[in-house]
Amino acid sequence: MKELVVISGKGGTGKTSLTAAFAALAENHLLCDTDVDAADLHLLLAPRIVETHNFIGGSKAAIIAEDCSGCGLCTELCRFAAISDDFVVDPSECEGCGVCRAFCPEEAVDFQPRKCGEWFSSTTRFGPLVHARLGIGEENSGKLVSLIRKQAQFLAEQSGLELIVTDGPPGIGCPVIASITGATALLIVIEPTVSGLHDMQRVAELAGHFKIPAMVCINKYDLNEEMSSVIELETERRKLMTVGRIPFDPAFTRAMVKGETIIEYDPSAQLVETVSTTWNRIRSSEFMTKKEARILPIMK
Amino acid sequence: MIISVASGKGGTGKTTVSINLAASLKRPLKLLDCDVEEPNVHLFIKPGELVSRTESTFVPVIDETRCNGCRKCAELCEFNALAVIGEKVLVFPELCHSCEGCQMICPEQAVKDGHRELGTIETGTWNHITLSYGRLRVGEAMSPPLISRVQSIIEPADLVIIDAPPGTSCPAIKAMKVSDFVLLVTEPTPFGLHDLVLTVEAVKKLSIPCGLVINRADIGNEDVYRYARKEGLPILMEIPFSRTIAEIYSQGGLLVDQSPEWRIRFCRLFDSIAETAVLGEVSQ
Repeated sequence: MKELVVISGKGGTGKTSLTAAFAALAENHLLCDTDVDAADLHLLLAPRIVETHNFIGGSKAAIIAEDCSGCGLCTELCRFAAISDDFVVDPSECEGCGVCRAFCPEEAVDFQPRKCGEWFSSTTRFGPLVHARLGIGEENSGKLVSLIRKQAQFLAEQSGLELIVTDGPPGIGCPVIASITGATALLIVIEPTVSGLHDMQRVAELAGHFKIPAMVCINKYDLNEEMSSVIELETERRKLMTVGRIPFDPAFTRAMVKGETIIEYDPSAQLVETVSTTWNRIRSSEFMTKKEARILPIMK
Repeated sequence: MIISVASGKGGTGKTTVSINLAASLKRPLKLLDCDVEEPNVHLFIKPGELVSRTESTFVPVIDETRCNGCRKCAELCEFNALAVIGEKVLVFPELCHSCEGCQMICPEQAVKDGHRELGTIETGTWNHITLSYGRLRVGEAMSPPLISRVQSIIEPADLVIIDAPPGTSCPAIKAMKVSDFVLLVTEPTPFGLHDLVLTVEAVKKLSIPCGLVINRADIGNEDVYRYARKEGLPILMEIPFSRTIAEIYSQGGLLVDQSPEWRIRFCRLFDSIAETAVLGEVSQ
């Protein structure tokens, strides 16, 4: 089994539109959306949810007013300044470390694991999809990402599917690290802007840090061809393969409005051929065809 | 006043709005790039000289000569950053959230101060703007602590513009929470709307007044406008899609340098923010 994770560093470069197109082109595959914080893939794939599960994340402290003696120890020990002078915990500041609970002499701190979101196992017109929704403002997105990737791997194995295509989150922090560790290969989707170049370098460094092979696709390449060439030189310098140059095309937005992938929207368009060629290059790349390539078990 | 520029969906134009708003105002202000995972503001607002400071956070270091393997630290740690194998405590510094609970609970004073680098904070000035931005160390998972450090230079009388990270989870909340007004930048597409709705919910939870900037206003469909009307969200500015704007951005340029018209529009945007923020305060 192989897992391709589509990431970008910078947001809005076209990860989800491309992942959806790949979903339409791929065979014998399963889809996974690890952008649990602002997931959009389902808007193009219209999943039919088969199973819904609660995601139980970390605990948060709450002070039981009637048991509290007002000694102030919790406020003093909390390193996150999450407890007010009148002993109310601000849940958005509480890190869930449990120090207040451990030291409260009155045992006046309630500390329960909470539901932080939901994850779903669904079917779509392009195969099964495992996706999730983190509650608004919640933490532990990395934990939820690891959980759904594990579920996706389990499901793929059970159903005899050979490939997982994962739509990843932007950035380089916790949910991205959780999305890429142990993956077969990454596709970095970048746009030819100063930000795109800067963010691609950081995300490529991250891939290197975790020793995961990465390929690059330049989206909207014709918005600044000079910058596209700079990006290609940079990818060469980093020994990354550029697998696609996709032109700026308003058809992507029009397809999105119709809830379709670009492949369905206008099958005869030149754009479809470009995207298909990109997909074929990814599919036949050395990383995705290597016999021994295998997903490592995901750490908790 | 602290204005944060946020979005939910990435790539909607947060940075475009932050930098042009900051550049058009002719008064001293602090521009804080709190998208510490992928900071971009400095590619457009380029201070001549940057002062760089490394930021780190507490992680435990075990003094083996004192540790008696009692396991109290590992039992307390909610994040599995400490484990006891036999009588030896193993530390996984990348998992540590710096609560210092292990140090507080150790009866043998065997937990010493160690450090994990979070990243750096770069600060410089460009005309009337003091720019400060965080750069999360590549491989570091936790961005909120570094976001807090970037915000630590805010003083009560400052005019501050914060470029927030995308999303609605802890990094975005951390960036927006300190602000008096949240400017939400969106695009009128299904993805833009879907993520805008989530962000509006988050901002409501924080009880901060907010308003919209609709970028690439002429693409997509009318649903974002319908949603804004239904929710009573003021649309403070619309930026049309144009190849020229996209090209200016791609080269690291500012819209307000292209024409005085843009400068006037961003100054007006600031005025309407100030008005809406005051109205919001009154209604709360």
